[in-house]
Amino acid sequence: MHIARELLIRIFAGAAVLWAAASLAFAILQLFPSDPVQVIYGADSSVTPELRAAIRADFGLDRPVWEQYQHFLARIVQGDLGTSYQQRRSVISIIGSELGSTLTLASLSVLLAIVMACLASLVTSGRRTWLRKALSSIELLSVSTPAFWIGILLLTFFSFKWQLFPVVADEGWRSLVLPVATLALAVFGSLSQVMREEMDLALEQPFILTARTRGLSEWAVRWRHALGHTLIPCITISTETFGGLLAGSIITEQVFGRPGLGRITLEAINNHDIPVVMGIVLLVAFVFVTLNIVADLLYRLADPRLRVSAA
Amino acid sequence: MTDLTPNLADPARMRAGSVFFMRLRRVPFGVALAATVLVFLALCAVAPGIVAPKDPYKISLLHTLRPPSLEFPFGTDQLGRDIFSRVVHGASYSLTIGLGATFIAVTIGLAVGLVAGSAGGAVDLAFMRVIDVLLAFPALFMSMAVVALLGTGSVNVLIAIAIAEIPRYARIVRSQVLVVRTSGYVEAARILGQRRWRTLMRHVLPNTIGPLIVLSTLGIGSAILSSAALSYLGLGPKPPTPEWGLMLAEGQGYLRRAWWIGVFPGMFATLTVISTTVLGRYLKALSDGRA
Repeated sequence: MHIARELLIRIFAGAAVLWAAASLAFAILQLFPSDPVQVIYGADSSVTPELRAAIRADFGLDRPVWEQYQHFLARIVQGDLGTSYQQRRSVISIIGSELGSTLTLASLSVLLAIVMACLASLVTSGRRTWLRKALSSIELLSVSTPAFWIGILLLTFFSFKWQLFPVVADEGWRSLVLPVATLALAVFGSLSQVMREEMDLALEQPFILTARTRGLSEWAVRWRHALGHTLIPCITISTETFGGLLAGSIITEQVFGRPGLGRITLEAINNHDIPVVMGIVLLVAFVFVTLNIVADLLYRLADPRLRVSAA
Repeated sequence: MTDLTPNLADPARMRAGSVFFMRLRRVPFGVALAATVLVFLALCAVAPGIVAPKDPYKISLLHTLRPPSLEFPFGTDQLGRDIFSRVVHGASYSLTIGLGATFIAVTIGLAVGLVAGSAGGAVDLAFMRVIDVLLAFPALFMSMAVVALLGTGSVNVLIAIAIAEIPRYARIVRSQVLVVRTSGYVEAARILGQRRWRTLMRHVLPNTIGPLIVLSTLGIGSAILSSAALSYLGLGPKPPTPEWGLMLAEGQGYLRRAWWIGVFPGMFATLTVISTTVLGRYLKALSDGRA
């Protein structure tokens, strides 16, 4: 029952954040009004005032601000994010058609990064070896390198020079390898740093000594006893970076010419198609809020101590 | 066995200069290297003509896509422009945006955090909820949204990156203010009847600003990464500006024939960010008393 109650509270809190984000977006749009007529017709001066008024009425821009706000919220609750100025399609359908590709890319990358970081901390934590030094250099490189540059390097060498992977985006799983590697490398650094530090701490705990005196092999100590303690920061960072990964995939998709949220976001920004930009902003906020709730549940799975204290 | 006698130098023989060099010798090699790189980049930004005398804008169709050589250390691009020259001239854009955006973000974040932290109550609650909402958006994504509203260009990119970083600094300042506020000397100042505003300026501000400067050194790196990314996406300066991200975007179609177009601008961007990160981490370790 406790979990259900807490979950309910979390969902309400999340909904409040989303409402605030939507209201903020609405307020900002009032400060920087964008004119759909301008977006659709450009600087075409032959647009008659009647047509202009009709288009503005079509988007509900002729009504009082308060009424627009109510309408705006009511639509969002129904899952309607408005209509694109440029494409005259609903924002939801524009996002929906591209979301799958981006989600695939982002989730595969985060998975790969987690696996790599787990391996790295299993092998190197608590030891002072050349491997550890090499790894911390890689981590520093990973957090300091522009993600798109990693992509460009991979593309230059693996696709153009050695022709191991296809350049174009639609050749099945083989065209996913380089984009996923690019994003995973970008996330790997921060993930690995924190997990290794956490595992270093865990390896100094008394229960590790107990495990060792029971005659467990070094590998079993690390795999069965120490790794679990790195999972909490791993979950935290993964959820934090997943939102960033959505932004990162915009860039990676651009490098590899993949379809996805990146393409529609850039198009919308360049065309001042504000409803689409706002729709994507709200989507990102929604993903962030949802992931935080999921992370809270995962914490309980990963750490039995949290279940006890909550009961 | 370790030698327990402290290694004291004869004070009479010590001069200011030698003290400086003794301190300098204790700086780790990596940090010294990072500082050297940053000094070089600052030189590139302030006086690019000295480092790279060639004109970064000069198109020469006789010299297109030349590989690196003595004449063109980093090769030439699709229009025959000297990439070394362009990369050196590009330093000023990245450093200006990195430093400028961080400065604006830190200043506004400091003001917001000070007000929220010292006012407490409803003001604090309201400020922090807004910041929580803003933090729900990834920094790069928020910059893109701001550019969508303001329009593209270098100045707007700078503003966009600054806006995206404000919530982070505000939150750090506020938590630092909360720590300082409950400390003995602030208590003492209050008991002595010092005005609230004066306490804030004399005691809270100086003790908040130290950790903030250290953290902002790390922030410069991420601001530079964001600016390169936004330029790469075509939201920053327009061609033919020699901006690193933009150079990569422009040269991407020629990677098959000329790897050097893709390698060198990115290498400079990475070097810059690594150096600020290494320096920032060192400063942080110093201020935490770990180095």
